[in-house]
Amino acid sequence: MFDSLNKRLEDAFKILRGDNKLTELNIAQAIKDIRRALVEADVNYAIAKSFTDRVKDKALGTENVLKAIKPGELMVKIVMDELVELMGGQSVGINTKGSPAVILIAGLQGSGKTTFTGKLAHFLKNKKAQRPLVVACDVYRPAAIDQLTVLAEQVGVPIYKEIDNKNPVQIALNAISKAKELRCDVVIIDTAGRLAVDEDMMNEITRIKTAIMPSETLFVVDAMTGQDAVNTAKAFNDRLNFDGAVLTKLDGDTRGGAALSIKYTVGKPIKFVSMGEKLDTLDVFYPERMAQRILGMGDIISLVERAQEQFDEAEAKRIEKKIKKNKFDFNDFIGQMEQIKKMGDIKSLMNMIPGMSKMMKGVDIDNSAFTKVECIIQSMTPQERQNPDLMNLSRKKRIAKGCGRSLEDVNQFIKQFEDMRKLMHQLSTGKFPGMANKGGFRR
Amino acid sequence: MSFFKRFFNREKEADLDKGLEKTKEGFFSKISRAVVGKTKVDEAVLDELENGLIASDVGLDTTVKIIKRIEDRVARDKYLNTNELDFILRDEIVQMLAENNVEESFDFDIPDVGKPYVMLVVGVNGVGKTTTIGKLAYQFKKKGYSVVIGAGDTFRAAAVDQLQIWAERVGCAFFSKGMKADPAAVAFEAVQYGVKNKCDVVIIDTAGRLHNKVGLMNELGKIRRSANKSLFTAPHDVLLVLDASTGQNAIEQCKQFTEVTDVSCLALTKLDGTAKGGVAIGISDQFKIPIKYIGVGEAIDKLQIFNKTAFVESLFKKR
Repeated sequence: MFDSLNKRLEDAFKILRGDNKLTELNIAQAIKDIRRALVEADVNYAIAKSFTDRVKDKALGTENVLKAIKPGELMVKIVMDELVELMGGQSVGINTKGSPAVILIAGLQGSGKTTFTGKLAHFLKNKKAQRPLVVACDVYRPAAIDQLTVLAEQVGVPIYKEIDNKNPVQIALNAISKAKELRCDVVIIDTAGRLAVDEDMMNEITRIKTAIMPSETLFVVDAMTGQDAVNTAKAFNDRLNFDGAVLTKLDGDTRGGAALSIKYTVGKPIKFVSMGEKLDTLDVFYPERMAQRILGMGDIISLVERAQEQFDEAEAKRIEKKIKKNKFDFNDFIGQMEQIKKMGDIKSLMNMIPGMSKMMKGVDIDNSAFTKVECIIQSMTPQERQNPDLMNLSRKKRIAKGCGRSLEDVNQFIKQFEDMRKLMHQLSTGKFPGMANKGGFRR
Repeated sequence: MSFFKRFFNREKEADLDKGLEKTKEGFFSKISRAVVGKTKVDEAVLDELENGLIASDVGLDTTVKIIKRIEDRVARDKYLNTNELDFILRDEIVQMLAENNVEESFDFDIPDVGKPYVMLVVGVNGVGKTTTIGKLAYQFKKKGYSVVIGAGDTFRAAAVDQLQIWAERVGCAFFSKGMKADPAAVAFEAVQYGVKNKCDVVIIDTAGRLHNKVGLMNELGKIRRSANKSLFTAPHDVLLVLDASTGQNAIEQCKQFTEVTDVSCLALTKLDGTAKGGVAIGISDQFKIPIKYIGVGEAIDKLQIFNKTAFVESLFKKR
């Protein structure tokens, strides 16, 4: 869902991985990248800035507390904690008390109010064993009433509508009396979409709210909304003082920054997420789950702990030195692989590494992936293993024959190895492109 | 004649101004805040400007590009007065739009493609496809063209009814195979209907779909192909409808829809309500697809031809 945001955050953290502790200097780029990532994810720029400022303060303040984990991971933890906090501590349900309880649905045009109304009715009926009545108060959009009628029929709940009445306040009030008559215990009122700047329409929804005194007012917002989410949420909140927001169309590939913006701006919880066109695709919003999903971090802390048990400190130092001198060779590579294998099943391990789950999407990885690489390396002469630069076509051909793999496989592996070596060298020497910039997003 | 009409249609201009009021306010308050108490454009001014552009959903890449251009200009001219900033910014944005919006139409004319001119309308859920089709049909009808609209959204509840009401309002022909019909068949037959009845314009609605749903996107490809099978030059245009309040996801929508249907033009809707419009600049910068129409209000006549000069002028007009 928030894949694109994950990717950016991971890029930001990648840079930190070679460092030993967090300093103003070495987190500057990460902070900038996080901010950039958030803005690109449609988080309001002002909120992104205040968020990263907080992360920065925390990062610099806590440098000695958790010596055990690497700075990069510490940074991840801080961002994660802040994000969870920003999204709101725990999930908040809706208030369906009252006889009947009245739920008012409001939002912009095309945000998905009517569909959500259908889904909420489905949710309350099937998961909460309630008897909802849906009410068609969108008297403006052509066929809006028909749409809700169809949905109500699909869910199997009664609908209240007045085809010729153009007064939504009256319709809403009549519906509540009807609900009592039908013994429905919850009334869901769908309203017309309106722009926050449309004074008349905003007055109308205010009048509806005042007249029916709902136990719950929900603001429906498209998860794809951009920077303006802040203004819209604020405008609706100023008028309606809504109880919670609903994020729709989350099944798209939007980065969903609007969720953060809304929570931050109006301080109201997000109560539901809607992610599909079918009626049963409504979920309660869990802030913690969502924050974890945003970061896609997996259980990084426990991985670090396990890794530390397994890895020999001295060995790590030796490797690091070699990387710095750009002398990392095939022997070291195979040694690292042995270490990793010691840690357990490769698949579960991969899932714990941030980014891996994404890289490995659709690839069925098992320990045999290692076997192939091992074969290739073991078909090299000791000299070749120590000195990867020796590699040439005739040697590669021999290796391919020796290990029973195609020349392509050998080439591919050696190419990957070279790329990795280059990257590791760059990281370790700090010669990473774009490190020296500060201020703004420009490079 | 059309030239004069274009520049002196006061009413139209007022609509656009009103529609963009929010956008303008956002832009201006930010720029004026950026330059307050400053006499020359420095790093701080540029940073503020950067924030202003981002807050208008222009998008990071495009913002960086605009700022870079201004920076270069500052470097070249050595000294840039803050008073000139407004002018230069406008100039840069017009240029940016001009680079891609090469062909500009000034009225609701149909291109010379033989009869009928077939337009396929696509987009994600809730951007205003059906409404835009209604408004478009109205404009074409007003120009004296005979129009048929095909109800290709056979999925969403009551979508066919909604389109039919629009057709009645406009007073144009309406082709439907009802709900749950195969949308590709609707497209095929709607074009056939247009050919048989010698219509000038065939507009085909489609169900909203999120661009990451592979199956649904493939369906859209099929709809396009079947319109093409019906008439080998069709569809002459594929119109992607974008909601102006959408953030950076609009870029991805553009990319994905173009991949399956060769989107040839864009409509930007709901420009009347939000501090947006910036997304238009971002999209123009990144795609070679011209923005053709903008929706600036709910009334049937509140659809306009996108005119980049007027758009930018309106964006920067001082009150």
